[in-house]
Order: sequence, then C-alpha cells, then structure tokens
Amino acid sequence: MAMEMEVRDVSQKKETTQFLTIVQAVNDGMKTLLETDDSVMILGEDIGKNGGVFRATEGLQEKFGADRVVDTPLAEAGIIGTSIGLAVNGFKPIAEIQFLGFIYPAYEQIMTHVSRIRMRTMGHFTVPMVIRAPYGAGIRSPEIHSDSTETLFTHMPGIKVVCPSTPYDAKGLLIAAMEDPDPVIMLEPMKSYRAKREEVPTGKYTVEIGKGKKVKEGTDVTLIAWGAMMTVVEKAAEQAEKKGISCEIIDLRTLYPIDRDIIAESVQKTGRAVIVHEAQLTGGLGNDIVSIINDTSFLHLRAPIERVTGFDVPVPFFALEEDFLPTPARVLEGIEKVVHF
Amino acid sequence: MKTQYPIKRIIDDEGNLVDASYEEQLDEELVKTLYYHMHRIRTFDRKAISLQRQGRLGTYAPFEGQEAAQVGSALALGADDWMFPTYRDHGAKLTFGADMTKTYLYWNGRVEGCVPPEGKKIFPPAVPIATQLPHAAGAAWAERRKGTKNAAIAYFGDGATSEGDFHEGLNFASVFKVPAVFFNQNNRYAISVPIEKQMNSETIAQKAVAYGIPGVRIDGNDCFSVYFEVKKALDYARSGNGPTLIEAVTWRTGAHTTADDPTKYRPEDQGKDIVEPLLRMERFMKNHGYWDETWMAGIDEKIKAEVESAVEAMESYPKANVEDLFDHVYAEMPAQLADQKESYLAHLRRG
Repeated sequence: MAMEMEVRDVSQKKETTQFLTIVQAVNDGMKTLLETDDSVMILGEDIGKNGGVFRATEGLQEKFGADRVVDTPLAEAGIIGTSIGLAVNGFKPIAEIQFLGFIYPAYEQIMTHVSRIRMRTMGHFTVPMVIRAPYGAGIRSPEIHSDSTETLFTHMPGIKVVCPSTPYDAKGLLIAAMEDPDPVIMLEPMKSYRAKREEVPTGKYTVEIGKGKKVKEGTDVTLIAWGAMMTVVEKAAEQAEKKGISCEIIDLRTLYPIDRDIIAESVQKTGRAVIVHEAQLTGGLGNDIVSIINDTSFLHLRAPIERVTGFDVPVPFFALEEDFLPTPARVLEGIEKVVHF
Repeated sequence: MKTQYPIKRIIDDEGNLVDASYEEQLDEELVKTLYYHMHRIRTFDRKAISLQRQGRLGTYAPFEGQEAAQVGSALALGADDWMFPTYRDHGAKLTFGADMTKTYLYWNGRVEGCVPPEGKKIFPPAVPIATQLPHAAGAAWAERRKGTKNAAIAYFGDGATSEGDFHEGLNFASVFKVPAVFFNQNNRYAISVPIEKQMNSETIAQKAVAYGIPGVRIDGNDCFSVYFEVKKALDYARSGNGPTLIEAVTWRTGAHTTADDPTKYRPEDQGKDIVEPLLRMERFMKNHGYWDETWMAGIDEKIKAEVESAVEAMESYPKANVEDLFDHVYAEMPAQLADQKESYLAHLRRG
C-alpha cells in the first residue's frame, strides 16, 4: 500500500513539471494567467497569429481568442496608453514591447501615467499591469534591438522592475508581477531565452518580487548580477575557483525594489563585491548597489567595490557587441582586482 | 474641406433658431439647465482667477469662452460614462459631478483635487498633451469587452492633434471599434501658436477620414449644438459603431494660464466679433420667452453661495499631510522608501 502511494506521488510529480526554456516558461506563465483569470489580456505587436517574434505568445491567441490575445497596431505608446485605460477599468493587461529598444515612444505613458496614477489619485485609480520586454545584446540583432536600459525604469517611482535569469524565475516572477497591485516591468534576457532548460512547475506559483537569490555560496568575494549576465558571472566564478578564489553569487532578480538584505548579508561576509551589468556604467544600477553596500556594509569592506559593465557608449552594431558586453575574462579581472587589493 | 465639414449650429449669434428640427427638443427645462451650468462654471472660473491674483490659488488655466463646449458635452454623458479631461476642462468635470472644493484644491497644488467622488469615473486632468486619448480608447475598449452600454469621452485641444498620442488614440479606438467620443475644443490657439501654424489641414474634423470614423464640425459656442452632437456620437458609440471625432470651434477669451499674457501673441481685435456662449443663449432665451430676471437672480445667488462655500472649504481644508508624500506611490511601500519616509519624519520631529 505504502509502495503504491509512493509510486503515485512520483508519477504525479512528473506530471506537474515541464522541462522548459525561459521563453517557454514565459509562455507557460501567460497561459496560466489567461486560464486562471478572465480579466487578463495580452497586447502587443505580432503576438497573436504569429505568436510573437520570439514565440513567447505562441498558441495563446488560438487557445484564448483574439479578444484576449490582441494583435495591436504598431504603436508602443498606444499599447501602453490603452493598457492604462483597460487596467483602470477592470482588465489586467500584459503588454509586450517587442524589444526594450523600442519602448521609448511609450516612455511618456509609463513615466507620466503608469507610474503615477496611484499617487495622483491617492489610490482611487490604479493600473495593475505587466509590461514585458526582451532586452540585451549578444544575439547579433540589428542595431537598436539590444538595449539594456533598466535604470530608466528603476529611476521611476511607482513601478517595479524584475529581470529573471532562469525558466523557473521567469514564470514565477511573471505571475507575481500580474498579481502585484502595482505595475511591473519584466525585462527578459533574450540571449538566455533558449540557452538552458529546467523543470518548471505546471500551474500557478510565484517568485516573490523584491527578493534576490543566492545562486552559489562562497567566502572571498560577492558577485552581483541579473538576467543574461548570470551566465557570464558563473563562468568567471568557475575560473576564479580554479585560482583558489571562492565566489558567492547573487542573482538580484528584482531591480526595484532591490533586495538590500541579501546584498548586505553577503558582502558583510565576504568583504568584497563585484557588480556586473551590461548596461552603461554611468547611471547604471551598479551605482545604486554600491550605495547600498556603502549604507549597510561600509566597515566590512576589504577592497573598493568593482563594477564590470558596458561602456558609456550606445550599444554598438553587433560586430562589436562582444566588446561592449562584460565577458567572463573581464569579470575575472574584476574579481582578482578586489581580492588582491 | 471647410465646405465638406461646415460648422453645424442650432442657434446663431443673435440667438435665433437656425435648425428648426430641434425646436421641440429645446424645452425650457433643458435650456435652463444648460444655462445654469454655464453660469455656474463661469462663476467658478472668474473666482479662480481672482483668487490667483490675490495669491490664494496657484497658477490657474481659465476656460472662459468655452463654457458651451464643456457644459454641453458633459451634460450629454450618462452617469456611468468615463471622462478623460485636460487641465482646462474643470468646467466639464464640475458639470459631470466633480467636487468644487476639490477642484479648487487641485489648483492649489493639492493631490486631493484628482480624486473623483465615489462612483464618478473622472480621470485626473491630463497635463502632458494628448496622452489621455489612448486612455479613453482603453477604458472604452474595456466597456465593450464587458458588454456594457457605457462610453468614454476624451477632451483635448487643437494643439493636441499634432501629438502622436492623438493618432494612436484614434487609431486604436477605430481599429477596435470602441465606444469613445473624441471631443476637440478648437479654441484656435495652443498657448501662443495659432491653428494655421499648428496644422496644414483646414479643419480638425476632416482628420476623422483617416480613421474611417465620423467627423463632425460644430459651433462650440452653441451649447445646443454641442449637447445634441455629443449625444448623437454617444448613441452611435453605445450601439457598437465605434468612435466619433467632434471638433467644437470655440474661443478662449482669456489667457492660457494666469501666468500667460495673450496680448503678446494675439492681435488685439481678434475674437472681438465672437459672441460668447452665455450671451448667445441669453438672446435665445429672450427670443423664446424663457428669460426670467427673477430666475436669473435666484441662480446667480445660489451659485455665488456655492462658490463662496467651496472657496471657504478649500481654504480651511486640513493642511497637506507630509505622509501623503510617501504613502500613495505603491500599494505596499518598499523598504527603501519606508526608510526614506522614517528618516524624513525623524528629521521633522527634531525640528
């Protein structure tokens, strides 16, 4: 009897997970939301019949209808602007911006309305919505398709910004974002969209917004990154281990509000930090993280904090994008610099 | 184009009925209601300018001259419709049911001024030009998806038609056939830039052609014309036919705001021939035997008392609460913001 139960449990467990890439997990997250909440709608360019340029919405219009999974006109401000009207009037839009580099026409709508409507009406009107956008360089995209402008949004009070690096987190953060009473921008690392697969639960679960994740324990230096840079950081850490340097790795996952505790706890242990992001150095999120370490862990530091980032140049045409992006070798140099300070 | 989009009117400058098909509908009750609201919002507006001059109100955007457009459109709405006004449409808001004290508070820098009465779907005034048009399209889209008969109205000026959001709002609204009315008040100036410099098209109404929707050009100083055309557009929307673009041609009598001096950019005699909406309706009422000095004195007294009482309530309103600076940004305050709040409150406590 007991044996039978155990066998059934195992088979049930097998049925309740799927082996998915990040982009498949995003798709599964939207499917779960559409299935469980009739007010959820998806809006975007080419997301219906075509299933999205990255296939993130593949099969969803067929399953849920063109009223809920909507091919919109080619207009980012229109997508976000109408999502605002839908959201104040009871619907829960998930707006896809095809590439983060094309979000700028919608910036005014996000900055002056999405982020402010709660504050402007003291909570009378709110716009719970999710804005999804693939971001980042490294897949030989045409120019402008590879931007990583997360700080344009972390600088904007009233919205939250998440950036998953794994299939599990992608689905869990997407569902958490849609359930959040405030608008959330989810930046999806397009370089990692199909890079790895992992077990992702079927059905509904959430990953808490505002919480980072310790990916690896270590003692000598804390590496802090998110999104597509996680792979770079993990490779650098492997090489550092070979040189006898023990790295602790933190995947920030949420870029606003940042998990200050996980940063402080780790840096207070290691005394050293290397922050890695592909966005430009000046005005980059690394500076906020340096400030958090300064505020929480100043007396624990054994070396100045190192930032390994993109340069203060526009994201280049793809012939030079590998020179723009932080590499494991550059991160390793940063690690050695802080360890041997 | 001006001949294809003639300015429709029901009464002329002398208050004569020029479209006899409306004769029966212009009953005394409707006429007096429209007049009452125009007089009410004008009293509000003039008081606001006076308060600003005395330093009792912040910079204020007056709407005098546009009362017919604002009252006619607002009274045409159903109680459950949505209103997306601009910062010059507080006359329309007040007519639709916004609170007068709160409307004054808005112009005194108080966020409370954006909170509509419970159940009134009045969006905060759009400040960035034309950004509210996609919102109206979205809210109307939601009504269509819910299967209601409610509609949304977006207010905007002539300058707004140059913005991308004008196009995106009308395009989305027409593509998804949403129950929206795009109500343009063409007062001929966007701050200092006259309409001839704003656009090469002769009318705003003709822009509707590009979206495959009805476009209508009306005399915005004829309150009847505004009321009935907006009603018609709302009926059209509620019946599932999609949006309408209405151009109400009007005239801003005063400045863009109390910080503006229109003598710098408007010729002195421009607009002098325009018969303002209240005088025009007064003439109509006199022609039709609806004018009654006793009634007029009565409403004037009532409105003045209402305005005085709203001003008093505005001025005795509790002081802005510093916690409100922090408390309405997120549903649940992030820890970093909570720290900032606590730190600032501690600073204040230290005096």
